[in-house]
Order: sequence, then structure tokens, then C-alpha cells
Amino acid sequence: MAIEVKVTANFAKLIGGDRSTRAEGSTIGEVLDDLDERHPGFKRNVVAEGRIHRFVNVYLNDEDVRFLQQLDTPISEGDVVSVLPALAGGA
Amino acid sequence: MVVTLSLPRSLIDEMIAHAKEDAPNECCGIIAGEDGRAAKLFRATNAEASPYRYNVEPRDLFRIFRECEENGWSFLAIYHSHTASEAYPSPTDVRLATWPEAYYVLVSLKDAGKPVVRAFRILDGAISEEELAAI
Repeated sequence: MAIEVKVTANFAKLIGGDRSTRAEGSTIGEVLDDLDERHPGFKRNVVAEGRIHRFVNVYLNDEDVRFLQQLDTPISEGDVVSVLPALAGGA
Repeated sequence: MVVTLSLPRSLIDEMIAHAKEDAPNECCGIIAGEDGRAAKLFRATNAEASPYRYNVEPRDLFRIFRECEENGWSFLAIYHSHTASEAYPSPTDVRLATWPEAYYVLVSLKDAGKPVVRAFRILDGAISEEELAAI
């Protein structure tokens, strides 16, 4: 099952330049794996030590997957996954 | 070429007001725009609620991102406050700067009576200050 994945400019550089792409998978983790197969290095910018990176946010439709089942969150036909870097810093 | 971020005075005042309201914690928010013109200022929740760090609450970030998408806006500027230090990006600000399309605007309340607002680009770890014009 292929679903739409939206990314910001910073992540678009890692997947060939487009802000939107399609990926296969039945969970968030599988979708990230599929993108990483076609764009090696993508996943290590999103996942660290088996969890979504602290400074990256992954959303299934309009929900942060941290509040769902993280990488195991199941995907359905027509879902949209968005990958946004955290907007963060510190003095 | 001089690159200038032009913002309505009301939005600059709004960022300063937000910084003062959230002090001593850092405040953060986003100015959305189109073709370099500001369209809307979004205050965001600082999930860190800290005087030393900010992180736009992830649900806030998505809500703002989607509203921008629906309106054809992009993130023109990302702002946050430094309540006790200069209006200049810290090493942490640079390390976590992952929105190259946006200006980074810093509001300093170091001199409480005279807030300072400055604009920067942060690209691949390099800081460049840009002129900030009130219109």
C-alpha cells in the first residue's frame, strides 16, 4: 500500500528534492524503511536508537505518532505521513 | 545584495510582547508569509517551558504548518526570545536550525527597558545577519 509522505525543505534534500513523495508500508517504521531503501541515509535523520529522533516530529494525518504507537503505528489507505524537523533551540 | 526582512511594526511589537509575557521563559512562534511578505503571526507553545531552551510544541507546529499549507504560505520567520542574553543565535540555536527557508528572528530582553530584535539566516551552521526593516 502506497501512501503520501510530506516533508519540509530540509528533508526534501534527502529524498531527491520533492516536498511530497509516496512510500510503501503498513506501519510508520515500514514507510521510513521504504524511503531509506530508495534514498539511503534518510532514516538515520529521522530515527535514532530505534526511536523517532528527539528533534524530529512524525505525524500520521494530524497526530504526532509519539502519541500513537510510534514506529509501530499502523497505516491505512489514504493516510498522509508528515515529517517535520523540530523547531527548537536554546540560549 | 542587501537582503532585508521587512515586517510590519505591529508584528515586531507582537514578538516583543510575547517575549515579555513568557519571561523568564523563552517564547517562540512563527511568522507565515508569501513572497517575502508577512501574512500572519502564530504564537506557539514552548514545550520546554524553560529560560534556556525552546521547542515548538509538536502539535502546535503541525497545526501551524497545515494552516500555512492551506493558505499557500511558507514559514517566513521563526522567532524566539533570549531573556538574559543577546539577540544572537546560540550554538544550540545553530545546531538545531533545520528550517533553511526561514529567517531566524531573535528577541532579547537582556535590557528589559530596551528589547532588541534582530534577524538572521542560519545555513549549514553559518550565521548571517540580515537587515530587519519595520514597515
